[in-house]
Amino acid sequence: MAPNIRTLVTTVLLAAAPLAGAQQKGMLELDVIGGRAAALPIAVVPFGGDCGETDVGGVVRADLGRSGQFRALDVSQIVERPTRGSEVAYPAWRMLKQDFLLVGRCVAEGGGYRTEYELFDVAKQERLLGFALTAPAGSMRDVAHQISDAVYEKILGVPGAFWTRIAYVTSSGLGRGARYALMVADADGWNPRTVVNSTEPLMSPSWSPDGRRLAYVSFEGGNSAVWIQDIASGSREKLTSFRGINGAPSFSPDGGRLALTLSKGGNPDVYVMDLGSKQLTQVTNHFGIDTEPSWSPDGSRLYFTSDRGGRPQVYQVAASGGSATRVSFEGSYNASPSVSFDGKKIATAQGAGNVYRIALLDNSLGSPRWSMLSPGSLDESPSFAPNGAMVLYAAREGRRGVLYAVSADGRVRQRLVLAEGDVREPAWSPYRKR
Amino acid sequence: MNAQTPRIARFLVLAVLASAVAVGCSKKVKETPPTDTAPVDSGATTTPIADTPRPGAYSPADLDTDACLRNRVVYFDLDQDALKPEFQAAMACHAKYLRDRPSARLRLEGNADERGSREYNLGLGERRANAVSSALQASGGSGSQLTVVSYGEERPVCNESGESCWSQNRRVELVYSAK
Repeated sequence: MAPNIRTLVTTVLLAAAPLAGAQQKGMLELDVIGGRAAALPIAVVPFGGDCGETDVGGVVRADLGRSGQFRALDVSQIVERPTRGSEVAYPAWRMLKQDFLLVGRCVAEGGGYRTEYELFDVAKQERLLGFALTAPAGSMRDVAHQISDAVYEKILGVPGAFWTRIAYVTSSGLGRGARYALMVADADGWNPRTVVNSTEPLMSPSWSPDGRRLAYVSFEGGNSAVWIQDIASGSREKLTSFRGINGAPSFSPDGGRLALTLSKGGNPDVYVMDLGSKQLTQVTNHFGIDTEPSWSPDGSRLYFTSDRGGRPQVYQVAASGGSATRVSFEGSYNASPSVSFDGKKIATAQGAGNVYRIALLDNSLGSPRWSMLSPGSLDESPSFAPNGAMVLYAAREGRRGVLYAVSADGRVRQRLVLAEGDVREPAWSPYRKR
Repeated sequence: MNAQTPRIARFLVLAVLASAVAVGCSKKVKETPPTDTAPVDSGATTTPIADTPRPGAYSPADLDTDACLRNRVVYFDLDQDALKPEFQAAMACHAKYLRDRPSARLRLEGNADERGSREYNLGLGERRANAVSSALQASGGSGSQLTVVSYGEERPVCNESGESCWSQNRRVELVYSAK
C-alpha cells in the first residue's frame, strides 16, 4: 500500500441471508427532468485493480446521479484514469469543470476484495476522504453503495441512503389465477429476493425500525390479516385477523407499537397495538374510512387518510387518540401519507379527476408549500428515503406497475425495472446497521 | 319407515314444517337445520329437504340454471357504494335462495378499481360488500348466512387503464361457500 495514504479499514458487515432462487439483475433508466444547475459535478473514475464482476465506480456513479444532488461525469468523458491520490493531476479535472473527484481500486484478498477509495476537492486540491473496505465477493455492490453514502455525507453533510433496501409487492396473472410476492431488493433495484409467495393478495409492507422485520397484509386465510415476518429467518407471526379489514400496518419509530387499520367495529378505523402486550388502542372513531396511519418521527402523532370530509384527505391525530385535524387542503384527493425523518415533509398520492400524482407538502419554511414530484397519471404509494432526500413511488405503464425513485426536489427521476409482472407498493427501508 | 303414510301427505307435512323453519331462520340469529325439527317419524329424518323441494323453493342446481340466481356480480359507479336499481331483482332472488336454503353460506367479495390508494380502496370495497349485505338482508336474507370480505383493488378481473375496464373491477362478487 502507498505509505502516504492514511487508510482506515472497515469491514462490511452483511446480514447475508442466502438468496432464494436465481438472482435477477435490476435495470435502471435515468430520467433527468429539470435543469440540474444546482447539482454538483463529480467525476467517478472507473476503479482500478481487480474488483471482480462489479463495476464499483459505475454503481457509485449511478447512485450519485440518481440522487439529483450530483451531476456525475459520463464515463466516456473520463480520459485520465487515476486509481490513487498520487496519480491525480488536478488541472485536467479543473478543465472538465469537476468540483469533486473519486478514485479507487480493488485487490483480491481472501475470498473477497479490499476496496480503497479517495475523494478529492478539485478546486482546493485537497483530499476529503480515504478509506478501505473489505468484503466478500458477493457483496461488492454493498461496498459501492457504502462508498456512495460516505461521499454523499462528506460533501452534503447529510447521510446518504444508497446502502438501504426496498420492499415491494409484485403480482402476475388476473383474477383467481393471480400470484403475489413480497420482495426485498437493494435500493437501486438490484439483488431482488422473495420474502413471501402467495396465491392470495399481499399488501402494504412496512419496515421495522431495525430493518430486520416486515409487517404486511396477507389474504392467505381468505380474509386480510396483518403479519410480522423476520426477513432473514422467515419466521413470522400473525398479529391480527379480525372480522373485516386488517390492513395498513406501520411500525412506530421506536419499534414498540404498530399502527394499523381494523374494521371490526363496523368501518375502518385506525388502531395502535402495543407489540409487547398485544393490547389494542382505538385511535380514530368515525363512520368514514380512516386508514393508512403513518407515524410522526417522535412517535407522538399519526398522519392518516380519511374521507370524513367527503373525499379522502390527510389528517393527523395524537397516537393515543383524540380529535383529528385536517392536514391537506390542496387537491381533491390526498392519500397514503409518507412522512420524512424530520417530520417537515409529507408526500401524498394526490388526485385530481383521473390523474393521480405524487405531491409533496413541505412545512420546513413555516407556511405549507406544495410541489409535484411525479407526472401521473396513476402514481401512488410514496415512500421517503430515510434521509428524506428521495421518494420512491409506484406508477402504471400500460398494464403493469413500475417503481420510480425521484429526488425530493422533483428534478431527477429514475425508473427501477425490477422484474416481470406488476410491481407496486414500494417501502424504503431504514438505514442498515453496519 | 311408515309405509302406510300416503307419499303426498308426507311431502306436504315436510314442506310446511321446512318452510316454517326457513322463515323462522331468517329472523333468528342461530339457524337450525330442518332435519332436526321435522320429526314426522324417526325414519323420515334421513331424507334431506333438498331431495324433495317444496314448490317454488330454490335448490343448488338453480344457481347454475336460474337466470336471476346466475347474476352473481354487482357493479358500482365510481367512488360509489350505493346499489343501483338494476341489481334489486338479483338481490331479491339471492335473498330468497338464502331463505329457502338456511344451510347456504354466501361470501360477499368487495372490489374497487385501480385508481387511488390501495388501502383506501380496501375500505371502499368493504363499503360495497356491506351495501350488498344490507340489500340481501332487507330482502329477507339472514345476516348469519353472509360474510363480507374486501379485496380492494388487489383482485382485478381486467388490468387495462380506462373506464371500460375500471367499471368491471368496481364490483361485489357473490360467492356461495355452501350451497
